[in-house]
Amino acid sequence: MKKDLHPLAMIAVIAGVTLFGRVLPTWTLSLATIAASNALIALGIVVLARTGNVSFGQGLFFAAGGYGVALIANAWGLTDAVAQVIVGAACGGLLGLVIGPLIARYSGIFFGMLTLALSMVFYGALVKSTALGGSDGFNVGRPSLFGMTFTDPREADFMLYAVSVIVTGLAGIGATFLFRSEFGLASLAVRENNLRVEYLGLSANRIISINFLIAAIFAGASGAFALMAQRHIDPQFAYWTTSGEFVFVAVLAGNQSVAAVFVASMALELVRSFSNLYLPNTWQLVLGVFLLGVILFLPRGIGSLWIRDRRKRRISATAPLTAERGAAP
Amino acid sequence: MDRLRRTNRAVLFASVAATSLGLAVPASAQETFKLGIVTFLSGPAADSFGVPARNGAQFVIDQLNKGSVPSPYEKVGFGGMKIEPVIIDENGGATKQVQELRNLYQRDNVDVVLGYISSGDCLAVAPIAEELKKMLVLMDCGTPRIFEEAKYNYVFRTAAHATMDNVGLVRYMKAKNIKMDSLSAINQDYAWGQDSRADFVAAAQQLYPNVKVQTDLLPKFGAGQYGTEISALVGAGSDVVYSSLWGGDLQAFVLQSVPRGLSKRSQLVFSAADHVLPPLGDKMPDGTILGARGAYGLMSQKSPLNDWLFKGYEAANGVYPVQAAYRITQSILGLKAAVEKAMSKNGGKKPSTDEMVAAMTGLEWPSPGGLIQMKLADGHQAIQPIAFSRTKYNPDLKRVDLVDIQYFAAECVNPPPGVKSIDWIKGGMQGAKCN
Repeated sequence: MKKDLHPLAMIAVIAGVTLFGRVLPTWTLSLATIAASNALIALGIVVLARTGNVSFGQGLFFAAGGYGVALIANAWGLTDAVAQVIVGAACGGLLGLVIGPLIARYSGIFFGMLTLALSMVFYGALVKSTALGGSDGFNVGRPSLFGMTFTDPREADFMLYAVSVIVTGLAGIGATFLFRSEFGLASLAVRENNLRVEYLGLSANRIISINFLIAAIFAGASGAFALMAQRHIDPQFAYWTTSGEFVFVAVLAGNQSVAAVFVASMALELVRSFSNLYLPNTWQLVLGVFLLGVILFLPRGIGSLWIRDRRKRRISATAPLTAERGAAP
Repeated sequence: MDRLRRTNRAVLFASVAATSLGLAVPASAQETFKLGIVTFLSGPAADSFGVPARNGAQFVIDQLNKGSVPSPYEKVGFGGMKIEPVIIDENGGATKQVQELRNLYQRDNVDVVLGYISSGDCLAVAPIAEELKKMLVLMDCGTPRIFEEAKYNYVFRTAAHATMDNVGLVRYMKAKNIKMDSLSAINQDYAWGQDSRADFVAAAQQLYPNVKVQTDLLPKFGAGQYGTEISALVGAGSDVVYSSLWGGDLQAFVLQSVPRGLSKRSQLVFSAADHVLPPLGDKMPDGTILGARGAYGLMSQKSPLNDWLFKGYEAANGVYPVQAAYRITQSILGLKAAVEKAMSKNGGKKPSTDEMVAAMTGLEWPSPGGLIQMKLADGHQAIQPIAFSRTKYNPDLKRVDLVDIQYFAAECVNPPPGVKSIDWIKGGMQGAKCN
């Protein structure tokens, strides 16, 4: 998505990608659903990273969204996919509302470590909750959409694919507007010099808190998608390696393009799946080499494959989605 | 210039992506049976369970394809069809496993998926196979929750769940007159450890009504260092110290506790420990009571089928087979029996999923570890006999021998159909048929 892309054109892109799902092979649909879900949470990390802070604990909100949806689905039979996404986003958002203002006072490595610590506290509590299945987790039923249930596996997969692509796409458009807005530019300023921002009469803490809240909402919704796609939840959702993987997606994508987040996420899933199939004993090595390769040869992320380096043409701070440095570490 | 390079890169990237998609187009399998096998090839469970299971699967499939398995499995492959295994790694968490299961069925077009060691993975993949209407054979995993909390048509488990490990262990202790007025326990703080502990304590309270639980420790999974825990256990000085630790954790616990005299103060009882005997060797204290989650390895009963597996596996891998190798063998042999039963009904064609499912439901088949019977969960969950024994180091063979072996019939240590395991134990294990 380039700067001058009209919002209607972006919506057309989303519609196109959604309809493309009709011709994709079935196994790709669920893979793309997971990729879209990961892209959504990675987008949240990019949003937050514009303030100069990286969260290594997005698994906390991911798990909060997932568990919230799963418990409500099992207790009250709420199976509607859109409602579940809203519930997941609300669960992540509520938690973000509590934690955001507390954590906004920290920055850099302290911020990262605190988010990591909080997610691991949640993980530890979940493992000890035998009522929630402990470390084994528990299952939920399959989602429906507006009262329709899908018994054909392909239709069910396509429904999830469509909902996740549309929600992630809308979140991407929202993020584009956010980045162009006054608030989005103030977020960049916080990263550059938060003292100056304070002198301008803005509260840096407040800006970080709001960005943190947005990232938490995205993570919660992403947790809902992951739950709907696999119908099972366990404390692994909150584990630090899960959070680390989302940061990886953000690094792979770079911060130049919202579309790159989706492409990076899909590429990671494809590489993982095929390396596991053809090289079952060394798939981690293949994954690692792939990550290293991207970092070495595309230091600005996969997005730099099709987005020009705008610094050559204009001051990047005014360009959408473009930060001067790598947003993620 | 810059634009050109960028376009080239984009083209390259797109063509790589296209090639990988092209590779995914499945080849049609006419005369072969494509079997997806999922087991830990990396991670903490690989060394203890995953890799022995993979080696077991490779040995059995190789032998089946050559037609050199003893009666009643002489037929080549599955009913004449050569078996084509697709082995993938179980490591990486339930999210990844759900995705890989879909890929196996939908992309690689495997006929059946067989495997899974982790209970969390079993719980996660079962509903997906059911939705896709594809046959899934779970070969190991401990938790009884899979069929107690849900009903499946396309999912089977060819090994007994963890209930018998602890019920059988307590029955063995009772049969051997082990004194247990006081009990301490050390288990990992995750589902396997928590559930094993609950089952053992509940079963102990039935057969030893006066038992007092003293120190009850739940160190985290993969802790590796048990200094403080061993101090607490030595200090408590209970009659019995129970543990469901496994793999590296169990080895570390044994290595650290023996020099501090824990095995001299308390009777050590381990619910699933035969897989650490080859690596521990003479470091394993004599007289330790242990189980193997079945009549496996050195506790297996002599039969032509068992001799074939034990000797063949040992010759192929340089170490004798333990729990995981036995479990995957009984799983593959069970699937073979089901496929051949279905083929005898449909006139020798390659059976459909529904035909295989119908054949497997309620099936019984002989395995190196004894008779496997799909008796629970409407014929989808197996029960099997189990053995317990004491360790005794044999300096001539330089290996730990197992003595005082006692076998328990499947229906003595497994709950009857329709009863939740923990309720069955707490209700006094009604209906158990012990000889």
